[in-house]
This record gives sequence, structure tokens and C-alpha cells, in this order.
Amino acid sequence: MAASANSSVIRRRRNPTWAEAVGQYVADWITDLGAMIVQALTEWGSFSLFCLRTCRWLLFRLPKWETIIPNFYQIGVRSLPVIALTGAFIGMVMAVQSYTQFRMLNMETRLGAVINMALVRELGPVLAATMLAGRVGSAMAAQLGTMRITEQIDALAVMGTNPIHYLVVPRFWACLVLIPMLTLMADFMGIVGGTFYSICFLGIDFHHYVQNSRDFVGLFDLFAGVLKSCFFGAAIALIACHRGFHCDPGAEGVGRAATTAFVASFVTILLLDLILGITLEAINVTLWPEAPKII
Amino acid sequence: MAGSPENHLNRTPPVSPSNGVDRPAGRTTSDRPLIEVQDLWLVFEGHPVLRRISLQVHRGLTLAIIGESGCGKTVLLKTLIGLIRPSSGKVYFDGMDLSRLSEKELTRQRRRFGFLFQQAALFDSMTVYQNVAFPLRQHTAKNEEEIREIVLARLAEVGLSPKILDKHPAELSGGMRKRVGLARALVLEPEVMLYDEPTTGLDPIMSDVINELILETRRRRPVTSIVVTHDMRTAQKTADRVVMLYPLARLQSDEPQILYDGPPDGIEQSPDIRVRDFVRGEAEQRLLEIRTGQSEE
Repeated sequence: MAASANSSVIRRRRNPTWAEAVGQYVADWITDLGAMIVQALTEWGSFSLFCLRTCRWLLFRLPKWETIIPNFYQIGVRSLPVIALTGAFIGMVMAVQSYTQFRMLNMETRLGAVINMALVRELGPVLAATMLAGRVGSAMAAQLGTMRITEQIDALAVMGTNPIHYLVVPRFWACLVLIPMLTLMADFMGIVGGTFYSICFLGIDFHHYVQNSRDFVGLFDLFAGVLKSCFFGAAIALIACHRGFHCDPGAEGVGRAATTAFVASFVTILLLDLILGITLEAINVTLWPEAPKII
Repeated sequence: MAGSPENHLNRTPPVSPSNGVDRPAGRTTSDRPLIEVQDLWLVFEGHPVLRRISLQVHRGLTLAIIGESGCGKTVLLKTLIGLIRPSSGKVYFDGMDLSRLSEKELTRQRRRFGFLFQQAALFDSMTVYQNVAFPLRQHTAKNEEEIREIVLARLAEVGLSPKILDKHPAELSGGMRKRVGLARALVLEPEVMLYDEPTTGLDPIMSDVINELILETRRRRPVTSIVVTHDMRTAQKTADRVVMLYPLARLQSDEPQILYDGPPDGIEQSPDIRVRDFVRGEAEQRLLEIRTGQSEE
């Protein structure tokens, strides 16, 4: 009797057929996909609302000086050495990497044009933004995340101080206003680094190097780089602050907020760089169709 | 499933005037409770935390909300000040429906509250002085001399000396942090004081100091207080009325979440064994649930 009961249980737990297994796999896949889409939409909605609230406070009231100054110092002054150093080394590395190819074409005096153009239009803004996202964005997310989990953000709210106005708006202004200056610093140091290496170590004629650089890099290139950096700065501030405000509890939550702030900022910087690069290039070609070409 | 929260949430909420000042009908200002909660439900990511909570707090009185950890006491306290929006139901403060206030108006009304957080929630980048002075700097036009005078007075009120003014929160003990938090909460002379687990993590002597400070605060000014605690000594010493919440996970679907609502003296004679067990700190029933696997936690 017991044996027959056991065999009936075994019969009921038979392995699923091939069709059933595939059906289950597809159903699980659709469920996971649906959950991912819902989560992505929720995140996007939360981020959009956060941006709207920040914009509203940006328009309505300026933050107090005592909240702006420390953020400007932290984001601008403290980032300056690392950005200057990165810019200088990138300029030199570009000279090292491009020299052989340009020499094969007997165009080594045009090295300055390509280094400076790449720095001013692309590498300067992107490097400055990446450094800012790594150094400042992660720190902002971790700081605000810690404030969230230790109820300091709630404490601000219950004391009648709007946390977005007090915490986010000064950081946003600091990133937006200072990143163009950091970009210009990266550009300048990159140009100096590239020039120094080309002249002193590669033996390129100084006069022709400078002449070519001046011919090919115009004010529009400088403007394009600076304009792009403003978008990068705004994106870094909003993403980092949003991550911090929506930090999960615990040390792991703070760590995750800092990491995701950097990763999301970096991806956004690259995406914005592509979109703005295409747009600005189209404007450049439309406005100056006869602009000089390197080759 | 008429009683389920999800079903309840689908009901159309009652229509009320749209100007934010949404007074419950038939009451004058004098007999109206300062804080009123009507049929409050709160669901977090599909998990109900608060169910059908209704309570009133009259001016000048102290209400203690007690209950086991995880029963929703702190969530209820944060809902009363608009930090958490209820899934359904109304929270009135001085006749105003908090859910209908604009962000600006809600921020303005919050200045009438003082909130002592469980871990004090002091700003760790600021000194004690800067922490206590913060609300004055944000919301008043007082000069630095006046601010300093008020800060010193508030710190003296909670028994702290000016020697700690330049210390950071990380350099203070738990009891000192709570007292600085209390000084900060009192600095704008609030009408309502909300205390979230004011004695948790403190030794018995320091717990009693905090209890005395809560009583002293009430003696000095006409403040309405709500104390969330699981410390029965705090509840019995400071409160005029006690409300006991019970975790929803261990309630039947038709049971009210408030198991007791009355004076602190009568709580030990409650007919509900769960209330008596909590007051006496007896865990027999709870242990039995854990051993038989009935606990849903």
C-alpha cells in the first residue's frame, strides 16, 4: 500500500516535457524582462521628478552663500590639481602616440593641430567630466547617501528646510559653473604638455608647431568643448545627488550609491558627448564649410 | 477580501475642500484636536505597515505610541509630519489636511514641529553650536549674538555646558547627542514635539534624564508631544495617554492595529493578553509562536 502511494507521488513529480520546459523558460524570461522594464521606468520617473524639483528650486530662489562657497571650494579648487595633471599627461601621451604616424607622412609639424583639436573638442571636456564624476560625483552620492540613512535629510525637512534647495541646488551650481573652468584648465595643461613633449623630446620646430595649431583650432572648437562640459556638469550633479537621495540602507547601500553614481554619470557623459558632438559638428560645417582641414 | 489594504486603496477618497485648510465639520478651533489621523493606511511595496489607524491628539497633551519593533510606530510618526505620504486616509494638523498642502506650505508648517530622531540625526559636518543654531540661521533674521544667546540657553535647558559647543557629533556620547538633538528641536519654540525612541540605546540613568527633560519641556512651554517608544517607563512617566500598535503580520485581517488606547495607568489591566505581555515584558506567547513557526517574521 505504502509502495503504491510512493509510486503515485513519483509519477506526479515527473520531469517536465521539452515543450513545458521551453514554455517555463520563456515565461520566466518575459517575467524578468517585465520586472526590469518596470524598474527602469520607475527609476527614470523618480529621476525626472527629482530633476523637475531641482529646476523649480533653481528658478525660485538662490541658495545662501554659506552653502555655495564650501561646494565651490570642494568641487572647483580641490579638483584643480588632479585635472591639471591629467590634462598635461594626456597632451604628452597624445604626442607620443601620434608622432610616428605623422612622421611617416612627413607632417610632424601638424602634430600640434591634431593634439590641440582633440584636446579642446573632446578629451579636455570628457576627461574633466570623468575626473569630476569620479572624484566629486561619487563623494556627493556617498555623502548624501550617508545623510539619508542617518536621517539627516529627514532632519532638514522637519526643520522646515527643503533638502533639495539646501543640498542639491548648491552642488548643481558648483558643477555647472566650475566644470567649464576645469575643462579650460585641462585644455590648457594638455596643450602645454603636448607642446612641451613635441618641442623638447621629439624635436619638432616650435614655430611651425604653433602656426599649425593656431590655424586649425578656432574659437568655435573651444566654445564646443566648454558648452559640452556644461551639460556634463549638470548631468553629474543631478545623477550623483539623485543616487544619494535614494540610497539604500547600510554601508552596502552607500557604496552602491557611490558606484552607480559614477557609472551612470560616465555612461551619460559618453552619450551626451556623442549627441552634442554630432550636433555641434553639423553646426560647424553649416557655419564654416570652408574651414581648413588637417590633411 | 473586503478588509485587504489593496482593496481598501481602490476606494474613492472622500471629496474635501481644495484650499488645504480642510477642517473636519462641526468643530470649533477650541475643541478641535491639534493632530487628527483618520482611517490611515500605509503600504510599502505591497506590504501593509499601517491599517485603519485613527487617533486624535489634543493641544498640550502628551501621547505615547508604544509597540514592538517593526510595528510601524516610527512610520506613523513620520506620516504625522508629512515625511511619508499615507497610501490612503487623512492626517490633519491644526485643521489642515497635510496631503493637500503645497510643498512650500508643508515646509512652512513643519517649522511648528520639533522632532527628536532616534539617533538624534545631528549634521555630522557641523559642530554642536552650528547644529543648534541651524534652524535659527535658516528661518530667522537674528544676528549672531542673539543666536549664540539662544543656543546657550537651549543647551543649558538640556543640561549641557558651553564647553561642547565646538565639538562634532562624533565626539559626543549617545546621551549627549540626544540632548543636543533635543536642544536643536526646541530652538524654534515648536508647538508640537515628536520624539522617536528618545531613550533607545541609553543607560537607565540617562534614559531617566531624557524622560525628565521631556517632562521639563512640557512644564516650560505649552507643547503638545507625541513620544514613540518601546520603553514602558518612558511611556508611563511622560504620557497622558498611551496607544499601543501591533505588527500587522501577526494580526488577523479583521483585527484593529491599535490594541490599546487609554491612560497609562490602565494599560496593565488591559483585557488583551498581548498588551499585558508587552507591558510586563513577558515573551512566553511570542516564544511559543517562534517555536511553532507561526511567526511570519
